[in-house]
Amino acid sequence: MSTEPHIRLTALRKVYPGTGATPEVVALDGIDLAVERGRIHGIVGRSGAGKSTLIRCLTVLERPTSGAVVIDGEELSALPEGRLREARRRIGMVFQHVNLLDSRTVAQNVAYPLEVAGVPRAQRAARVQELLDLVGLGNRAGAYPAQLSGGQRQRVGIARALATEPAVLLCDEPTSALDSATTRQILGLIRDLRDRLGITVLIITHEMAVVREICDSVTLLDHGRVAEQGAVADVVAAYGSRLARELIPVPDLPLGEERQLVEVAYSTDDVATADVLAAVAALGTGVEVAAGTIETLAGRRVGRLQLDVPAADVAAALDRLHAVGLHAVVSSDGGAGTGSAVRATGAGVAR
Amino acid sequence: MSFLDELVTSPVIQEKLPEATLETLSMVGLSSLLTAVLGLPLGLLLAATARGGLTSNALVNRVVGLVANVVRSVPFLILMIAVIPFTRLLVGTSLGWEAAVVPLTIGAVPFFARLVETSVREVSPGKVEAARVIGATRFGIVAQVLVREALPALVASLTVTVIALVGYSAMAGVIGGGGLGALAISYGYQRFDPPVMVACVVVIVLIVVVVQAVGDAVARRLDHR
Repeated sequence: MSTEPHIRLTALRKVYPGTGATPEVVALDGIDLAVERGRIHGIVGRSGAGKSTLIRCLTVLERPTSGAVVIDGEELSALPEGRLREARRRIGMVFQHVNLLDSRTVAQNVAYPLEVAGVPRAQRAARVQELLDLVGLGNRAGAYPAQLSGGQRQRVGIARALATEPAVLLCDEPTSALDSATTRQILGLIRDLRDRLGITVLIITHEMAVVREICDSVTLLDHGRVAEQGAVADVVAAYGSRLARELIPVPDLPLGEERQLVEVAYSTDDVATADVLAAVAALGTGVEVAAGTIETLAGRRVGRLQLDVPAADVAAALDRLHAVGLHAVVSSDGGAGTGSAVRATGAGVAR
Repeated sequence: MSFLDELVTSPVIQEKLPEATLETLSMVGLSSLLTAVLGLPLGLLLAATARGGLTSNALVNRVVGLVANVVRSVPFLILMIAVIPFTRLLVGTSLGWEAAVVPLTIGAVPFFARLVETSVREVSPGKVEAARVIGATRFGIVAQVLVREALPALVASLTVTVIALVGYSAMAGVIGGGGLGALAISYGYQRFDPPVMVACVVVIVLIVVVVQAVGDAVARRLDHR
């Protein structure tokens, strides 16, 4: 296995030129990304952050303005249009709206990429059945997409994406149109396929649940730039990061007069939950735990607590929490912890 | 003799109606076939060259669109007369149902092409994008995605076009085009023979009803959405 990342983006830029009245739009502004073979990488960001443009550049449906897209050792962004058609077979793509052909049965939909690739009919039938079995729809080969549920349709979409044995699976919001139970099934299927086929997966999503559930590493896009990036385990350990806050959410809380919220973040790598609670209890009776979350992410147990503290005692409480090695900050805007939070990083926690 | 008796016993109806019906069916059938063969590619060209289409080309789109609009704007009666020289060149005469096929086709092709364009545009861009990622050629996308996915709508469009052709074919009777239109005009109108007129209208209505029913059934059969 080579050490070259399976998916590599280098200084990727996409600029839509302005026309007369409309100014030019920089959709992607120097994206660097490397995904190792067999990993599941999430790309998250709000709408307008550049996620869709990024995925269109990955398949070179949209030519990047500058920078390189290298997938499975081939620089797609440097290929002429004619060669691209063939090169795209290294990429399987799963869409939010699945985009199956309504006039074809499930089996015919899965066979379509094989037809395009020129696979003989006899081999196609066997491969289609194999793919449908793989996604658990072996008995629905003759159904039309309209007769399937949303989750089943996405399974067909996944089977179609895998038909030509691609090296890389690109998923564009694969579960955004599905309910939460179906989302889990589809994510489970994607993880299972990665384990069995060793395929590299890139998932574009706006749902943090998707990252929590299956991603090994993650990129946060913001205004066409990489805002945060790293292995989920590392990102989670960076207590102050936006991704960490999004991944371990605590609710927005109304704040009473004369009281402030203090946020405590920790990982059981550093300190046991019982010790955290003991430290909180030691703060005295005026302090209450208002909300809390404990999650296991990428094999690491992490937690966030929101403490409701009388305003007069906040400084003392922070000192005591920091003294026992906890990361604690005043969350002045009710716990969501966006930009304006006052930060006081505890010693010894961040490694 | 009552009007109804006359409908059954009129020698004109007995002698001329079957032949005129056959002529109308031939005229409509042949011009429908030619319209489908010529109009489908033209409609696909309009859709493909439109902005955001598969091979977006503003010049081709505008020129073809303009020609289609001009032909569609000319009243059919005038179009029929205007293309007589062309008809003579192609068929050798401007009389009879064979000659009427020429103006009928010319009139219906742009009409059908516009309907094809609209039907194809209804195919979700996501399906086209999926086919592009799969590596399909442009021709493959047109045939396998656009036409195939729009097939129920295309059949419905053809049904509308065929029915319009039935109407136009009756008009062709005015300039000697033959068929039910000619029979209705020359006997029913010019010779004051209302039963002939009524008989012609009834047959035309029957043709339209059957065409619509067949078109609907085929479209439903093809629609798996």
